[in-house]
Amino acid sequence: MVKHKLAPVVATAFALAGAAYAQSARDYISVVGSSTVYPFTTAVAEQFGKSNANFKTPKVESTGTGGGFKLFCGGVGVQHPDITNASRAIKKSEIETCAKNGVTEIVEINIGFDGIVLASSKKNKPMPLTIKDIWLALAKEVPDPASGKLIANPHKTWKDVNPALPANRIEVLGPPPTSGTRDAFVELVMDHGCKEFEAIKALEKSDEKQAKAACQTVREDGVFIEAGENDNLIVNKLVANPNALGVFGYSFLEENLDKIQGETINGVAPSFESIADGQYPVSRPLFVYVKKAHIGVIPGIKEFIAELTGDKAVGEEGYLGRKGLIPLPDDKRKQVAANANSLKTLSP
Amino acid sequence: MNKPTAREGATPLRGRNIKTIVNAGLARRHAAERRFRWYGLIAISLGLAFVVLMFANIIGKGSPAFWQTYIRVPISFDAAALDPEGKRDPQALASADYAALVRAGLRQMFPAVEGRLPLRALSALTSSDAAYELQRRVQDNPGLIGTQQEVWLLASAAVDTFVKGNIDRSLPEAERPLKDSQIEWIDQLRAAGKIERQFNAVLFRNGDSREPEQAGIRGALMGSFFTLVVTFLLSFPIGVATAVYLEEFAPKNRWTDIIEVNINNLAAVPSIVFGLLGLAVFINFFGLPRSAPLVGGLVLSLMTLPVIIIAGRAALTSVPPSIREAALGMGASKLQMVGHHVLPLAMPGMLTGSIIGMARALGESAPLLMIGMVAFIVDVPKNFLDPSTVLPVQIYLWSDLPERAFVERTSAAIMVLLAFMILMNGLAILLRKRFERRW
Repeated sequence: MVKHKLAPVVATAFALAGAAYAQSARDYISVVGSSTVYPFTTAVAEQFGKSNANFKTPKVESTGTGGGFKLFCGGVGVQHPDITNASRAIKKSEIETCAKNGVTEIVEINIGFDGIVLASSKKNKPMPLTIKDIWLALAKEVPDPASGKLIANPHKTWKDVNPALPANRIEVLGPPPTSGTRDAFVELVMDHGCKEFEAIKALEKSDEKQAKAACQTVREDGVFIEAGENDNLIVNKLVANPNALGVFGYSFLEENLDKIQGETINGVAPSFESIADGQYPVSRPLFVYVKKAHIGVIPGIKEFIAELTGDKAVGEEGYLGRKGLIPLPDDKRKQVAANANSLKTLSP
Repeated sequence: MNKPTAREGATPLRGRNIKTIVNAGLARRHAAERRFRWYGLIAISLGLAFVVLMFANIIGKGSPAFWQTYIRVPISFDAAALDPEGKRDPQALASADYAALVRAGLRQMFPAVEGRLPLRALSALTSSDAAYELQRRVQDNPGLIGTQQEVWLLASAAVDTFVKGNIDRSLPEAERPLKDSQIEWIDQLRAAGKIERQFNAVLFRNGDSREPEQAGIRGALMGSFFTLVVTFLLSFPIGVATAVYLEEFAPKNRWTDIIEVNINNLAAVPSIVFGLLGLAVFINFFGLPRSAPLVGGLVLSLMTLPVIIIAGRAALTSVPPSIREAALGMGASKLQMVGHHVLPLAMPGMLTGSIIGMARALGESAPLLMIGMVAFIVDVPKNFLDPSTVLPVQIYLWSDLPERAFVERTSAAIMVLLAFMILMNGLAILLRKRFERRW
């Protein structure tokens, strides 16, 4: 029976502690969101903490893009995060959830690009791929060249896909569907690759949903191997297995250039320059979203935005570039910085 | 039905010597026993081989991280640059340009270097923390201003990796993080004895950082410490009290059976479930802060409680009933019997169970994901409400970073975690050996 008497006491203690915490304003910025943007925001947070003695270093959580928006849109108040990272733009449904919980003013900051590469061990000869080849190799169903009907993907080697390619077995290591990198890969490679086929185009006109599924569904017969969220693991597996290709972010290629090489896609090799000027076809924008209502409540958000959009961080020679972020073109960057620093919010 | 079989079984004996029958089967039985021993031996050596392999791999990768490369740079703490007004005003000292001092020092060593890009490459030899290091030194000791000093400055991660032999200099320039010119400078510094490896105190002094050479596990260690304190303070008393009540006082009926089944079940629930529970109850309902060791400790104590209760009950049942009867026979009340006799005798077993439970809590990361402890935190936490992370989470976060130099730091953090695990489990064994009584 002791338990019954204690329960309310414990509950009140927690509630009091919680209330006390809610009243005492949090004095550090809380960032949540994408694990792809995490390496960049953390670098900015660290610099911000070092160069501003009067602000604490922000806390950056790695929750994934979707999880980040869920927390970010939870409401206004110190118990909710101030900033969220996203490896894609905010969805309409997320804006609505935000609005429902009182988060109406959101500042969107495009911090730069991230390239997605297909890489292999340097022991392997480079393969000049096209988006069409990749789709033919990885889609679950492909059009039969004779009839144009969709059939289960019969391709076993790259040579089957494109006679110009070597007769190596198709084996691709990539991130699982929970990953933002996978979303971007599907959107940038698979969605574009399938559009090169008349059969899919025709299907799109008759049944859009089915066409979308045909474009985006990745093979499940062991050719595409889901290798987990850890990109370092994929790099190590590529070194051990020279025939395999791996899908991951550009920064991992840059750090491991002595072991692996990025395959050219549509004739363009992944490099800092080719991603920056938009020639390399597989790159996506990275975003940071700021809750305007928290400015003035949590100290340092404005200064953090200034650090995040400053040339020192995201400029052509900025420190985020050294971490693998591809900067925006000059004029776009200036515009983003101006909008962010004047706290221009997303129009609903 | 039994009897005929027995008789049948006995029939072959007739006319044959028992000894010959036994001898005929003996070789086979001995062979079976030998085989079984071999299986056991193989299983154990396989297990040991994997342990050795794991340790060799982790220690091989991680031990270089305990050493860190430093470069000896002549620094002139120029009064005109640092403190032009000569007032030693802390504000002025904090805002002076210390990076310029580092650059000037490097240039003094390599006066031939000219041009913007080569100079940038030169200053990239030292860590970006070098300037802050000088700032700390000046702030601690303003007397440095106006003097010339040779200072050991932290080298950048690329230099460190190269000095440790993890960058192949025969690779083409574009494929390694260091340029030809930088490698040449390092060779010259080496020849002059101005580059050396020192114990990596940074690893134990700093919180997390995105620069590998500045990253440390102090923040994670303190976070783990605070979290475990909360876990222990909550789960040990509650666990022991529950075990004592269930074992000594509670009536044996259907309710206590249900409770027992539930406790045993809870011990096997995946730990992420406790994280979800913690998120729903402690953070969303009670409004406790995210990422705080207090919440982490609460969640982990939910996870540890069943382990402690089960171990506690086992320890209590191992106390012979004669002790209880003797105490009651001498006129002790039930509470006195438990408090004076049974609990002290069961305590070593209970402590052992709790330490093993705590070791499990120390290695846990999944439930902490839900309550925001998977985070980049630079400032070392100072209390139970400061945002913090824990050691296993730090390992997970480092393992996922692109920088090559984080690989060895990940392994080094694993070594520290393993050391704590071995320490705790060793303590549990010691307690059991020293204090456990057998009847």
